[in-house]
Amino acid sequence: MTFYDIANTLDWKQIEQEILQKTATDVEMALSKNTILNIEDMKALVSPAAEPYLETMAQLSRKATQERFGKTIQFYIPLYLTNACLNHCIYCGFNHNNKIHRVILSDKEILEEVKVIKNMGYEHLLLLTGESPVHAGVDYMEHAMQLVRPYFKQLTLEVQPLKSEEYRRLRDSGLYGVYVYQETYNQERYPIYHPAGLKHDYRWRLETPDRLGEAGVHKIGLGALLGLENWRVESIFMAEHLRYLEKRYWRSRYSVAFPRIRPHEGTFQPQYNVTDKQFTQMIWAFRLFDHDLEMSLTTRESPNMRNHMISLGITSISAGSKTDPGGYAHENELEQFSPNDNRDPKTMLEMVKAQGYDVVWKDWDNFN
Amino acid sequence: MLPLQKNKTMFKIGNKEFKSRLFLGTGKFSSGEVMEKSIIASKTEMVTMAMKRINLDNTATDDMAKYIIRTGVQLLPNTSGVRDAKEAVFAAEMAREAFETNFIKLEIHPDPRFLLPDPIETLKATEELAKKGFVVLPYIQADPILCKRLEEVGTAAVMPLGAPIGSNQGLKTKSFLEIIIAQSTVPVIVDAGIGAPSHAASAMEMGADAILVNTAVAVAGDAEKMAKAFALAVEAGRMAYEAKLGAVVHTQAIASSPLTAFLDE
Repeated sequence: MTFYDIANTLDWKQIEQEILQKTATDVEMALSKNTILNIEDMKALVSPAAEPYLETMAQLSRKATQERFGKTIQFYIPLYLTNACLNHCIYCGFNHNNKIHRVILSDKEILEEVKVIKNMGYEHLLLLTGESPVHAGVDYMEHAMQLVRPYFKQLTLEVQPLKSEEYRRLRDSGLYGVYVYQETYNQERYPIYHPAGLKHDYRWRLETPDRLGEAGVHKIGLGALLGLENWRVESIFMAEHLRYLEKRYWRSRYSVAFPRIRPHEGTFQPQYNVTDKQFTQMIWAFRLFDHDLEMSLTTRESPNMRNHMISLGITSISAGSKTDPGGYAHENELEQFSPNDNRDPKTMLEMVKAQGYDVVWKDWDNFN
Repeated sequence: MLPLQKNKTMFKIGNKEFKSRLFLGTGKFSSGEVMEKSIIASKTEMVTMAMKRINLDNTATDDMAKYIIRTGVQLLPNTSGVRDAKEAVFAAEMAREAFETNFIKLEIHPDPRFLLPDPIETLKATEELAKKGFVVLPYIQADPILCKRLEEVGTAAVMPLGAPIGSNQGLKTKSFLEIIIAQSTVPVIVDAGIGAPSHAASAMEMGADAILVNTAVAVAGDAEKMAKAFALAVEAGRMAYEAKLGAVVHTQAIASSPLTAFLDE
């Protein structure tokens, strides 16, 4: 059994209705609990009925996050290894149909990027690729990880779904965590956004966290791309996914990301716009649902949003990110999305310090 | 497998379904008759009994066993008194032969004073017994990690203690029981320490699948009446859990918004 079997028992429309039926009393009850929240509580927290309670949710989120993580925020940085991609995700700048220059970084180019990144102070590196197994398959990733491993304390991946044995193999090269975002949990609508390519297969993608759990990967990241479908229902599917994984692969830790669609190359624009209030409501709902969840905020978000969220539930943040392969060492125009916050790490560090928070450049050494 | 239970009011251990979520221990009763009446009054469908106390030469005429067998409830033999995994497996095999049941309540307490369960021997014995086809219900400390390790070796349920056995102190391990209940993929039966029907109700409200009680019934002024009181408490607690217990509401919408004002900028 995998989460696919659970997902098949969940009805998108019915959950949507159940969320809309939640009342202020349901929200107050969820906010008053001092035990672990259940899915019904989560439905209340992401419902329209919770909108007047945003301030309370913010305060409780701050408290819960400080109790678990202290007044700290982790810094990490993405390194795009390639924009080669066979997928046709209609919302993505790397879409196979987009006539852009495709790059796969060589060893020399990777090390040039590493040099710039190390000068910024980073110890946690997130490696990203498009999905192009022939050019950037598991052999390429393994090689790239072995190449950069001496320079970083923590290596995480955001790449195409792999097999369990491949994840096990990458663990030997220092793999600490993997983020595979479902984009949308809506099984019926998923193929519309992913009309072709390997990513077309909803089930293969959905079962990736199961394969990560089986492979014993330490950190597993979930996420839905906000803007595709109703974020309230996505939240409930993701909450169900989390609870399932936490029970089953209890040795792993979990993180959630909240990517909101940014303007990019191509013509797709978000259909379900997620407002700032809704965006924070979702983040705070997840914090209250799960006190030990890691939550990150990328440079897709504005400086104002990022400044405030430092102390309101977020546990890690990137700064000075380039979303184009080779972009740290050289100027080019191949980015996956345009960052909304272009501040460098030093400026971000000062902002964090000014709030009485400490920056964690290095969390734990990886002893495996 | 996650327990995807169709009927919320029933629950399953191994392949046996139970309507009653109250299990009874059979020690410390003033007489076999009082025990029998208490079993009937409690409406329990499973009672546990120490293998070491039974006359195995003739189980049908054994003083204790005959009263239990007469009530027709499922017998859950327990290994109480064994000191390690080896002894426990031996006791379980004896029980299977004597009572033709593969249910076994695993109790391994090398410590004769507080009768606290040995987690290392319990994990070993559970793994071995599960491989031999037993439906294993281990009595354990309220340790969430041990529960997950037991799941991995094939336990049918977990039986974390609420407080030291026989102490009637109630749910002293509440914070850990909450984690176990949240994380478990097998039934959670709170065992040991439950001293009053209110404790039983409280465990059920938290979402425990069942409770096991012995001393509080056996040594009550009126054991039969107390058995009935526990039956009602367990039922009430379960009903409250299914009805989605309301929290004490101390949270309301706040008019001022120091943390969220930036959203209106």
